[in-house]
Amino acid sequence: MSGRIDQALGARRSAGGKALVPFITAGDPHPDWTVAIMHALAEGGADLIELGVPFSDPMADGPVIQLASERAIEKGVTMSTVLDMVAAFREQDDRTPVVLMGYLNPVERLCQDGGATAFAERAAAAGVDGLLLVDCPPEEGDALHEALNAAGIDNILLVAPTTSDERLQKLCAQAKGFIYYVSFKGITGANRLDATTMSAPLARIHAASDLPVLAGFGIRDAESAAAVAAHADGVVIGSALVEALEDAASSEEAAERAGAFVASIRRALDNEG
Amino acid sequence: MPGATDQEFGRPQPDASGHFGEYGGSYVSETLMHALEELREAWSRWRQDEDFIRRLDHDLAHYVGRPSPIYHAERLSAHCGGAQIWLKREDLNHTGAHKINNTVGQGLLAKHMGKRRVIAETGAGQHGVATATVAARLDQDCVVYMGETDIQRQSINVFRMKLLGAEVRSVTSGSKTLKDALNEAMRDWVTNVDETFYVIGTVAGPHPYPEMVRDFNAVVGREARRQMLDTHDALPDALVACVGGGSNAMGLFHPFIGDTDVAMYGVEAAGNGLDTGEHAASLCAGRPGVLHGCRTYLLDNDAGQITHTHSVSAGLDYPGVGPEHAWLKDSGRANYVAINDTEALEATESLTRLEGILPALESAHAVAYGMKLAADMRPDQVVLVNLSGRGDKDVQTLASIKGLEL
Repeated sequence: MSGRIDQALGARRSAGGKALVPFITAGDPHPDWTVAIMHALAEGGADLIELGVPFSDPMADGPVIQLASERAIEKGVTMSTVLDMVAAFREQDDRTPVVLMGYLNPVERLCQDGGATAFAERAAAAGVDGLLLVDCPPEEGDALHEALNAAGIDNILLVAPTTSDERLQKLCAQAKGFIYYVSFKGITGANRLDATTMSAPLARIHAASDLPVLAGFGIRDAESAAAVAAHADGVVIGSALVEALEDAASSEEAAERAGAFVASIRRALDNEG
Repeated sequence: MPGATDQEFGRPQPDASGHFGEYGGSYVSETLMHALEELREAWSRWRQDEDFIRRLDHDLAHYVGRPSPIYHAERLSAHCGGAQIWLKREDLNHTGAHKINNTVGQGLLAKHMGKRRVIAETGAGQHGVATATVAARLDQDCVVYMGETDIQRQSINVFRMKLLGAEVRSVTSGSKTLKDALNEAMRDWVTNVDETFYVIGTVAGPHPYPEMVRDFNAVVGREARRQMLDTHDALPDALVACVGGGSNAMGLFHPFIGDTDVAMYGVEAAGNGLDTGEHAASLCAGRPGVLHGCRTYLLDNDAGQITHTHSVSAGLDYPGVGPEHAWLKDSGRANYVAINDTEALEATESLTRLEGILPALESAHAVAYGMKLAADMRPDQVVLVNLSGRGDKDVQTLASIKGLEL
């Protein structure tokens, strides 16, 4: 169990507020800028940062994150360098939780060097609090899950609109940190969000788990964030933020844009709460 | 249905959760878990339904044109100077390849599940054509994803799909080939999951696809086994089939798995050579990992990024492979070898000139290895090569290699 995730989300919840989780692709627009962007996100009001680990075949992602991943890979970003970025971020921020989000193969390749335990220990030492692997359901990857557990890293699980009641119970029994609710059937960044339909599915998850439920996919701005937060404990915003940073010319400009983006959503959530 | 279980031939695979040893499984996002469960339930129900089996057998006989013959390639055999080379003539099927065996089955399953929309990925275009063909007949909406690079090198098949009423969507991400078409089809499926049936064209992907596609293609091996016994009174000494994702090879191999005297050779694409890095030989030169919903051998770099592949044949140009092949490789039951572009092109020419049969460039890899193998065997021995498809779709590629314009 990660102290930072429970603490950050618990504090936000007990204050009656909504959690804000920005997602950025690690290494995009430039690997040297990522740590500065993360600090700006934290200062702007992020409760937790999701750091996307680029993968060549991101099946669950829309074009914005696909292209960001391709750019990051071209600039040499790997699972290993992402861990270094988290460690660098931790030198100045020991409070904001960081969850890595990505796909299994890059993790497996790092595990092959020294086993799942060595990977989990290295990630924990770098300051990673959670891992969300889109293509690794809890039924697969036992060794990895055990190693993460032992190292104190939360294995963050997804719940989808298509998840059956029976499966929901099973997922909630294993979930740690928070539950990531996929707002609609589709890929990241798609224009399919309808917050008015989210009341029932989120109530269903809240009935099955005490963990905070954060909703992501398709949330683009203050308005959609506030609409979704009416039903969820918080929101994840990815593609819109990645797009906003895409053509920044410098580390300072990227950090400034990231901070301003998050602050605008923060204000909307605080007004809504 | 016949071949739906392999218990009469040997050890049953996969297990209940779709694992072939350590390979296979369901590595997909949560949104698709329900759709896969629904598909597994439907497949396990209809595969035992007598009307479904009767309809499938009828379509295989009267629509696909089965059984496909086995043919003794006497001049090719004499040219190699060793074992007798026989060809399983999947090239004679409707639409020109083994792919239709699977799409007839999945199309029928989609209909029984009440899905009016089918999607598919395609590399060489054969699976796309086979899906569009069945969709036209069953009055299903059909969208085929195809990499931009493949669209350029397989323009005849692209036009065929359009004639059949399918929409062909060009995929411009990543390497613009089969793996990227698969990513895009997965994205479509996750978006339209309620009304859409994803017709995967090979023995890869999440459970139950590797098993289901194998079982629909196992008609190839069942027929070949019976035909060899009928005409020869003996099983062949060796089976040879090309392997991209591996559906034609799995279909041929599967009914022979228990016949341990029959050697099996899966032939991957060595492209410009295994040592150049420009190839698509995931079993010969890759390692286990996770791609497109299953654990299997794949080609990736040290960071776990899937690498770009190369083969003259679009249908073999894929960085993964079906998980059952991974299991057969590790268990030693099947051998996996590789044939490069030049060897495949030479075999294309040999088969065309000696037997009057123009093979698909994919199948030419199997022919090339079959010829090598036969040359080292005795004349009383038999090598059965799966001629998985015909080469009509490749004439433009062949012409451009020769520097000709059509």
